[in-house]
Amino acid sequence: MRRLIWLPIGILGAAGWGMLALHRGESVSAAWLVLAAVGTYLLAYRFYSRFLAHRVFGLDNRRATPAERLNNGCDFVPTSRWVLFGHHFAAIAGAGPLVGPVLAAQFGYLPGTIWIVFGVVLGGAVQDFVILFGSMRRDGKSLGQMAKEEIGPVTGLLTMAAVLAIMVILLAVLALVVVNALRDSAWGVFTIACTIPIAIIMGFWMKVWRPGKTIEASTFGVIMLLAALVAGRYVAESVTLAPIFTLTATQIAGWIIAYGFIASVLPVWMLLCPRDYLSTFMKIGTILLLAIGILVVLPPLKLPALTRFIDGTGPVFAGKLFPFAFITIACGAISGFHALVASGTTPKMLRREEDARIIGYGGMLMESFVAVMAICAAAVLDPGVYFAINAPLAVLGGNLQTAAETIRGWGFTVTPGQMQALAASVGESSLLARTGGAPSLAVGMAQIFSGAFGQSLTALWYHFAIMFEALFILTTVDTGTRVGRFMLQELGGHFWKPLGRTSWYPSIILTSAAVVAGWGYFLIQGVLDPLGGINSLWPLFGISNQLLAGIALCVGTTILIKSGKARYAWVTLLPLAWLLAVTLTAGYQKIFSPEPKLGFLSHVTWVSGQVAAGAMDADRGARLIFNDRLDAVVAGAFMLIVLLVVVMSVREWLLVLSHRKAAISSEVPFIESALIA
Amino acid sequence: MRILRRIQETIRRVAGMPDYDRYVEHLRNHHPESPVPGRREYFEQFVNARYGNGSSRCC
Repeated sequence: MRRLIWLPIGILGAAGWGMLALHRGESVSAAWLVLAAVGTYLLAYRFYSRFLAHRVFGLDNRRATPAERLNNGCDFVPTSRWVLFGHHFAAIAGAGPLVGPVLAAQFGYLPGTIWIVFGVVLGGAVQDFVILFGSMRRDGKSLGQMAKEEIGPVTGLLTMAAVLAIMVILLAVLALVVVNALRDSAWGVFTIACTIPIAIIMGFWMKVWRPGKTIEASTFGVIMLLAALVAGRYVAESVTLAPIFTLTATQIAGWIIAYGFIASVLPVWMLLCPRDYLSTFMKIGTILLLAIGILVVLPPLKLPALTRFIDGTGPVFAGKLFPFAFITIACGAISGFHALVASGTTPKMLRREEDARIIGYGGMLMESFVAVMAICAAAVLDPGVYFAINAPLAVLGGNLQTAAETIRGWGFTVTPGQMQALAASVGESSLLARTGGAPSLAVGMAQIFSGAFGQSLTALWYHFAIMFEALFILTTVDTGTRVGRFMLQELGGHFWKPLGRTSWYPSIILTSAAVVAGWGYFLIQGVLDPLGGINSLWPLFGISNQLLAGIALCVGTTILIKSGKARYAWVTLLPLAWLLAVTLTAGYQKIFSPEPKLGFLSHVTWVSGQVAAGAMDADRGARLIFNDRLDAVVAGAFMLIVLLVVVMSVREWLLVLSHRKAAISSEVPFIESALIA
Repeated sequence: MRILRRIQETIRRVAGMPDYDRYVEHLRNHHPESPVPGRREYFEQFVNARYGNGSSRCC
């Protein structure tokens, strides 16, 4: 009888999809989008994740988890599943699921929504779940260690190298999003700058003044942050202060690079840990607020379901719907990075095996819902406004007039007056060509928040949204730099012993500087790029993140095959095949496409032509050419690494399946749990 | 008061901070011979364990 309740849920979800797919003409309500997504999640969770948990993985509450067996009161601690759900969610959700969907909205809201919802159900959530399961059965081992033990030492090394390379691209592209959101914005820069002293005060509070009082310190931090947000308006309006905080893109990039370096060599308690708390609480709070806002307002979606840019002529990024919609939206549908979290702190905290289902699969569904909300926030904007904010200046022409004309040429309307009024209403001088997704998301969020909680505060909401995104992007920058540094030290230690000593200061400085120089280079390259940088860097990031997901799925498949579950291996092989098709096509097109807007190598030819014709000066041309070639090499290297991992995995699978090699799993043997009465 | 304590512990745990009192309890039960660290020492130990080698956090 209880199964009957799933029938109306299915019908409602189907009704949502039906409305989204068949609706033509005037705007459609966001309610349908939410209904379609949530209906699908509920069904997938109830049926598919149950199938995975019981049939495929064989989760067993009688089996003691690492948290129970190795309980040390510190990192291995049995934790209530809802608390762990919150913790895991805060660790996986970041700027990725918010920014990607906004950029992909250039194709219309429908392709992104379909990919986010079905991609997560069949791909992303499966990946997170299988890695969490694998790590849980192996005392919380990391993805790299599992790759090494299950597939082979070379794969383990390649995985580590891939993670390091992806980290560099990720940090660069996220920092670029912040640069584009903060340039020429005294309000934004002031608020974000304030987060640093606030975090340092919190650090002293928690360590020196009142040890361990994290909640007190975090409450203080959040209040100070909101105060800084309000104060930002006065800074922006002040004649003396505004110029100090009004910075160009290059200046902001320089500050972020300096910040990343300093933050990664300072003791963790001083900056990194308090910032992490601050951004965790802000993240959870704001995402809840956004969900409430969308449900209260149920705004109409003004963006069409599909735009003409599915043909690959879009201004936000180049490339056709296939494969680029699936590259642009990485986090939110499937994100390789989650494999690092799911094989990090979370598996060490699971109290019971079956909790892995709600945390691994359910946590990823939740992140997918964040991505759906980001689509809603982008789609509430007039399409003309969306393109005016997200298209690069080089495409729009230098001013509002030319921008309005260009956008009219694409079939959308926006007037210079409208853009001016919008910029004024959010307390900015201009919103034209603020690429990177964050500003248009903030405008959309501000519209939703003011619709739900009162119209008078639009500017405050806009800067709140910017602050919220920049806050956790910068948290990713400092933790990411640190992670990169440790990996580099570990790798470097193989070649020169002292480099591997993680507390030796010269090694710390050297490796931190190397990591910062790595992402800093790509960041500067993006800032100086005439097309705004997001154009070429975001796809590179998407490709790398999806390829990491490919490695994770290879590891997952190997785990299944070696534990005698080969008949269920399709649960990971299916998303793996799709990801390989998407990313290898995208990678190939990014390198070899004859279209200069899309292919790195044809862009080289185009730039050489410009220089030869005297239309571009030689120095600038040489720099662009070098960067194009570098990007091509990076994309090629990612593809090569993944192909190697796939080949080695397939070899291992065939050996095991044909009984030429014994299926030895590195799973920790069964020990009965004492928690089950 | 117990509810308040539970709420505090929940909030701390979501952010990844383990509970000091529980740790002390754990030490008493399982390792009665080892010295019990003070709040400050415990906090330092935890921060270094969790963030020392860079915590993985997604984009």
